[in-house]
Amino acid sequence: MIEILKERKNQVFEKGKSAYDIGCEQSSAAGSVSQRACVFCGSRVVLYPIADAVHIVHGPVGCAAYTWDIRGSMSSGPELHRLSFSTDLKEKDVIFGGEKKLYNSLLYLIERYSPNAVFVYSTCIIGIIGDDVEAVCRRVSKENGIPVLPVHSEGFRGTKKDGYRSACEVLLKLTGTGDVSDVRKNSINILGEFNLAGEAWIIRKYYKDMGIQVTATLTGDGRINDIRKAHGASLNVVQCSGSMTYLAQMMEREFGIPYIRVSYFGMEDVARALYDVARHFNDEDILEKARKIVTDNMTLLLPELKKYKEKLQGKKAAIYVGGAFKAFSLIKILRYLGIDVVLAGSQTGNKDDYELLREMCDEGTIIVDDSNPLELSKYVQEKKADLIIGGVKERPIAYKLGIGFCDHNHERKIPLAGFEGMLNFTKEIYRSVMSPVWRFMPGR
Amino acid sequence: MIIDMESRKNNIKEGLDNIVTINACKLCTPLGACIAFKGIQGCMTILHGSQGCATYIRRYLISHYREPIDIASSSFDENAAIFGGGANLVKSISNVRRQYNPEVLAIATSCLSETIGDDIEMIVKGIESEEKIPIIPVSTASYRGTHREGFYAALLASVKSLAEKKDESSHINIISGMLSPEDIRYLKAIAGEFSDFVLLPDYSETLDSGSWGEYEKIAEGGTAIEDIRSMGSAAGTIELGGSCGLVSTAGKYLEEKFEVPLKNISLPVGLRGSDLLINSLSKLSGKEIPESIKKERLRLLDAYADAHKYLFGVKAIVYGEEDLAVALSSFLSELGISIVLCASGSNTGSFKEEVEKSIIDFDESVTHIAEGVDFEKIDEIAAELEAEIVIGNSKGYKLASKFGIPLIRTGFPIHDRFGGQRIQHVGYKGAMMLLDNIVNAVLETQQKNSSVIYNYM
Repeated sequence: MIEILKERKNQVFEKGKSAYDIGCEQSSAAGSVSQRACVFCGSRVVLYPIADAVHIVHGPVGCAAYTWDIRGSMSSGPELHRLSFSTDLKEKDVIFGGEKKLYNSLLYLIERYSPNAVFVYSTCIIGIIGDDVEAVCRRVSKENGIPVLPVHSEGFRGTKKDGYRSACEVLLKLTGTGDVSDVRKNSINILGEFNLAGEAWIIRKYYKDMGIQVTATLTGDGRINDIRKAHGASLNVVQCSGSMTYLAQMMEREFGIPYIRVSYFGMEDVARALYDVARHFNDEDILEKARKIVTDNMTLLLPELKKYKEKLQGKKAAIYVGGAFKAFSLIKILRYLGIDVVLAGSQTGNKDDYELLREMCDEGTIIVDDSNPLELSKYVQEKKADLIIGGVKERPIAYKLGIGFCDHNHERKIPLAGFEGMLNFTKEIYRSVMSPVWRFMPGR
Repeated sequence: MIIDMESRKNNIKEGLDNIVTINACKLCTPLGACIAFKGIQGCMTILHGSQGCATYIRRYLISHYREPIDIASSSFDENAAIFGGGANLVKSISNVRRQYNPEVLAIATSCLSETIGDDIEMIVKGIESEEKIPIIPVSTASYRGTHREGFYAALLASVKSLAEKKDESSHINIISGMLSPEDIRYLKAIAGEFSDFVLLPDYSETLDSGSWGEYEKIAEGGTAIEDIRSMGSAAGTIELGGSCGLVSTAGKYLEEKFEVPLKNISLPVGLRGSDLLINSLSKLSGKEIPESIKKERLRLLDAYADAHKYLFGVKAIVYGEEDLAVALSSFLSELGISIVLCASGSNTGSFKEEVEKSIIDFDESVTHIAEGVDFEKIDEIAAELEAEIVIGNSKGYKLASKFGIPLIRTGFPIHDRFGGQRIQHVGYKGAMMLLDNIVNAVLETQQKNSSVIYNYM
């Protein structure tokens, strides 16, 4: 028997069974094997894809080692983001302070790699030993003439979401500092797209074909100089809203740039994203081009999907992802394919997200915030799921129980965004669910 | 404070002042402890620190073992960081007990809880309620040592917390190093040929289990608590690895506290390493070496003869945890492979001596030995070495691909290949499997680089 922890009882609901007032946006219960990481993780994943900056983790070696080349964020040019830099603090540094080591490390890295900026991530003990990271960064920045930006990402200072916020604050400091003379009127920034498996390139191509200039992608295939002139764009288009809506809000306040929230997962949501952006510019030509992209792609895609759809009817899936916004898209995709969603959860959803999830889900669906392996395995088995969609940490839960799994997180090598992503994802689900291996498993 | 750039670069080159670590060839201390504790039956680990420590380590281990790795966290928040993490720890102990019902709890610290000075033993003593279960506290500040030190510290803490002196027993203790589940299975099979034994840590099942019907809260398997208790009364201990720079180990503790005689040997990789293990088992148990094992040894020797011409003088780079790097060097030197660089990320000061001690001395058997280095430094040294093969974990792939030479994957982590948990390194059989892989990699390279399409190699 798997018991739900007392502290977590208000974070687990079955739709239709009980009053719905989900607890969320709170620290993980101590002793719960949360699938969340920490503040540092939140900052690190958001800034990670900026490829022409040095990302140095200030602290003992672990935090840098575990995030070395951790995301499949591709770059069309420099690949500084794929290196792992750590001040690798030792006991004497903890006692006497790590400022000097940080300073020397920064000088060395700047000379060696000539980055366009440096991000300095503070880990837990920096907050305790009291290094004045701000001062070191200011000094190095002044001496070298590039932005050296401290990221307040001490692991204990909240949840992963607070880490997103710290990252957004740092990004905001960069915006507004570049020359915007080459930014056109019909220009947008793409926010919350991290170019996993080249997804940002797929999205950028759609916008290019619509005649829209993308000033900066934050942060997939990201470049410091693009981010510096992001304030020149006339619209922020926010995906992965959990991580970057905050930046969009601050940019709206600071530069008066409006924002819209979109998703590029699933054909319905991609189409809507392109139309919403087109409508913003109120330009018939752009709208027509968007229509053409959608129609051309759909004409190719729909017959391809048909075969898979037939096979996947009535299968059951559990979704457990980082941000709730991705869950919305996944539910739509799965519904189109004829797959029932029996569990939907996220690490960082907020009240509004969970309200929308409740509206979207069928009766009997489990809705869960900040879950753990025991809860996930319990419901996956109770609800007889055929498939879990999540990240690497959910994968062994699925496989141990003899259930298919699809990675919709950092490690994916196949693009899942855009129209081609819809097909890739469908194939991925098909391969996962239809494999004959599950027929031999004791759990099934 | 302005430092002359040239002199700093020279310092870095000399390894005198490693100011920044670029692509570390090591992991943090608590990770090693988490692996070791997976080898105790019914054990659940709590990492006393921020949520990220547990999650990052879980993710890193999952990518290697492809198993669920449930590690709880005391989930520090700002209050805990300021006022101490005691309340969080107490709560997490209670929650873990309620959900996982462990037989024993291991509590490993993090750099955060160590720096603020939480006293785990005091906090744990204060817990009055509920039926007591054994708790193993271990100090694993990540600014002290590497994952290897964490691994051995966890074993030491386990015997300190549990081992007792009871009636004398004839069984042998085997304290294993950072090996694969497959290695542990092999060690158990071999030890069973000689004597009753207790092997710690036994994660052969917990980190490489079969398909489950239902989710196992704590995977079955592991060294039983009663067995760890009995380690204080054993006839002797064979401890593998841990010779570099560790002041105390589980084996030393058992010897000092309970007078259990200790035989410390390196990880039994290659012929001589395996001989030492087998002979130690035979001597401690008073039993002859079984025919089957003798045959296995001869088969390995036969393979050495078959392989020697392919391997003599082949230039290899080896890296990893000190124990494995030392043991692999010993094995490679037996084959006549020239170790142009033997490297480790940890820095205990005795690595060079241990490598030199372990190798067979033939013409240019080893040229560079480097400790406390990162992959960037390895890369830098390797630039002029004309290595032909790289032997180590997955993180050296970049290095191998840069030089266009094969990487023979050994040790931990294996993140870019399948079956890392089933690589066997130890014993005659392990040596045979490594040998096959190495020879085949060399042949494949020769075949690929040849303008003639050879069918016989």
